[in-house]
Amino acid sequence: MKIAVCIKQVPDSWAEKKMLNGYLDRVNVDAVLNDLDEYAIEEALKIAEAHGGNEEGGANTVTVISMGPERATEAIRKALSMGANAAILITDPALAGADALATTKVLAGAITKGGFDLVICGTESTDARMSVVPAMIAERLNWAQLTFASAVSVDPAAKKVTITRVTESGVDEMFGEFPAVISVVEKINEPRYPSFKGIMAAKKKTIENMDLAALDITVENAWSAVIDASPRPPRAAGLTVTDDGTAADQLVSYLVEKKLI
Amino acid sequence: MSTTLILADFIGGKNTKTTAELATVAARVGDVTAVLLAPSGQGASYAAGIVQGPIKNILIIESDGFALHGVGAAADVLSQVISLKNPTAVLIASHAFGKEVAGRVAVKSNSGIITDAVDVGADLTVTQLVFGGSTTVHSRVSHGTPIITLRPNSVSADLVAVTPTIETLNLDISSGSKKTTLISSQPPQQGGRPELTEADIVVSGGRGTNGDFSVVEAFADSLGAAVGASRAATDAGWYPHTHQVGQTGKTVSPQLYVACGISGAIQHRAGMQTSKAIVVINKDPEAPIFEIADFGVIGDLFSVLPKATEGVKARKS
Ligand SMILES: Cc1cc2nc3c(=O)[nH]c(=O)nc-3n(C[C@H](O)[C@H](O)[C@H](O)COP(=O)(O)OP(=O)(O)OC[C@H]3O[C@@H](n4cnc5c(N)ncnc54)[C@H](O)[C@@H]3O)c2cc1C
Ligand SMILES: Nc1ncnc2c1ncn2[C@@H]1O[C@H](COP(=O)(O)O)[C@@H](O)[C@H]1O
Repeated sequence: MKIAVCIKQVPDSWAEKKMLNGYLDRVNVDAVLNDLDEYAIEEALKIAEAHGGNEEGGANTVTVISMGPERATEAIRKALSMGANAAILITDPALAGADALATTKVLAGAITKGGFDLVICGTESTDARMSVVPAMIAERLNWAQLTFASAVSVDPAAKKVTITRVTESGVDEMFGEFPAVISVVEKINEPRYPSFKGIMAAKKKTIENMDLAALDITVENAWSAVIDASPRPPRAAGLTVTDDGTAADQLVSYLVEKKLI
Repeated sequence: MSTTLILADFIGGKNTKTTAELATVAARVGDVTAVLLAPSGQGASYAAGIVQGPIKNILIIESDGFALHGVGAAADVLSQVISLKNPTAVLIASHAFGKEVAGRVAVKSNSGIITDAVDVGADLTVTQLVFGGSTTVHSRVSHGTPIITLRPNSVSADLVAVTPTIETLNLDISSGSKKTTLISSQPPQQGGRPELTEADIVVSGGRGTNGDFSVVEAFADSLGAAVGASRAATDAGWYPHTHQVGQTGKTVSPQLYVACGISGAIQHRAGMQTSKAIVVINKDPEAPIFEIADFGVIGDLFSVLPKATEGVKARKS
């Protein structure tokens, strides 16, 4: 199988995020691999390992694909040290501030070019927090959409993927055929730490850099635009009491006073 | 007046109160048509479940394919309705299903999408709260038909009684939108409590419950609240995954959020920080959750919650 994993480099979720000229300031903060995408990488490696491996001469390859600035190579290196075989980074000045429509147009273009069987994504990027990219990629490619998976099983012979989907509507068992787009929730696995051997091996792997021209794609317009962004006043400091046996009564009085009961 | 479409929000066959919230916002923009995707033969009974909200017209499309083929099928039919009705905007509930439908519809109609709106103006300016509620962003769709998802519980719904006209359309789900098939489905276990994202009050338990959610549930029941959980609690199997609040769980913004035995990790805060009032019960005064508490109790949840439950019951009776 040829498996692709879509990963994104995001500002460190512990760092304070700020807006700069209507966009998230991605330059002046530490950037990390979107932590939810580590689960996608792990799941891709597990699927490959369960069906013939992805070592030299193995039956499968795992390729990470990222759209982002040059420095996204840091996130890609991490994926490669975990065990991914190859990487594609799409960088283009026209993609600064790209929205979900532009992002998925680009990712779908790179996926088509690579001829993959499966694409695995995280459920959410910690900066955009839209949770729409995997479904939109499926729509653009006209592939099966198997998203919000807490369990995935793949049958390469039958070209079939079965998942457990966890959402507000409950827990659903569903299947689709290759090619398919999968997104995984963080319950699915425990991402491995890169081994020393993995880190050394990653240094020798090449990252294929592409721009829009190389993908034969144009992003002719923005589909949405930020008008303004402003900090909200911080939450007013609240009242804290130490329980001396009366805290429950004080709590109930607070609820009454605020008309919450 | 122009038409604004909303996707009637049904979870587990029941209309949620988000439908009225969507209608309230959509009515600022144009006459509201609610698109209702129902199982075969159940359009009328589903429509009868929509009793409140400024809705002019209910458009029923029936097919068993909606349950069977999920997001792809809903997006396909909703896009067909968009082509037929040429609406000013389309509003959908901002949960996993709603956002995915919106994303696919945006691709199909080559239109801009904005998710997680907390408000939408008459001129379709969208308000979002980002970075854990620390920043307000206004934005607008600049291309195509604006596709906007609205977070449940963000606006107060206009609860006028509806007497909509009802129209039924025969639309087929295109074969390309049936690539995913349902094998089995287990509805969320609510235990008779309100749905998490819709609830006015949410009481959540974390690792501090040590696996015993009974005091959390009892307090929730005294308040008519939904029960949530931190990831520590769902990972341990103490509470179902579907009740997880946070970055990888549900985003809630109730009138009142009560965090019991939860430390307040950034991933948990991401799902509850925009709650209107936050109450915390934690025995560690250094727990970061106190930073966002409106009312904090430093104490043992096993002694505070039962007393508070009695106190609430006494007030209510
Ligand atoms: C990719 C990723 C995604 C994540 N997504 C989520 C998510 O969606 N939601 C989420 O919640 N977390 C999420 N997490 C996990 C998050 O980082 C924390 O580990 C988790 O929220 C901790 O849960 P907790 O507060 O219940 O446990 P802890 O951090 O262990 O806190 C327990 C608290 O209980 C208090 N306590 C103990 N006993 C009592 C008592 N008797 N009475 C009162 N207080 C008591 C303690 O003082 C402590 O503050 C995610 C993590 C990752 C890496
Ligand atoms: N720029 C990007 N490059 C590669 N993958 C991405 C990008 N943006 C989003 N994704 C993938 O889509 C998932 C959901 O992201 P989002 O819809 O932005 O919340 C992420 O977890 C990634 O797997």
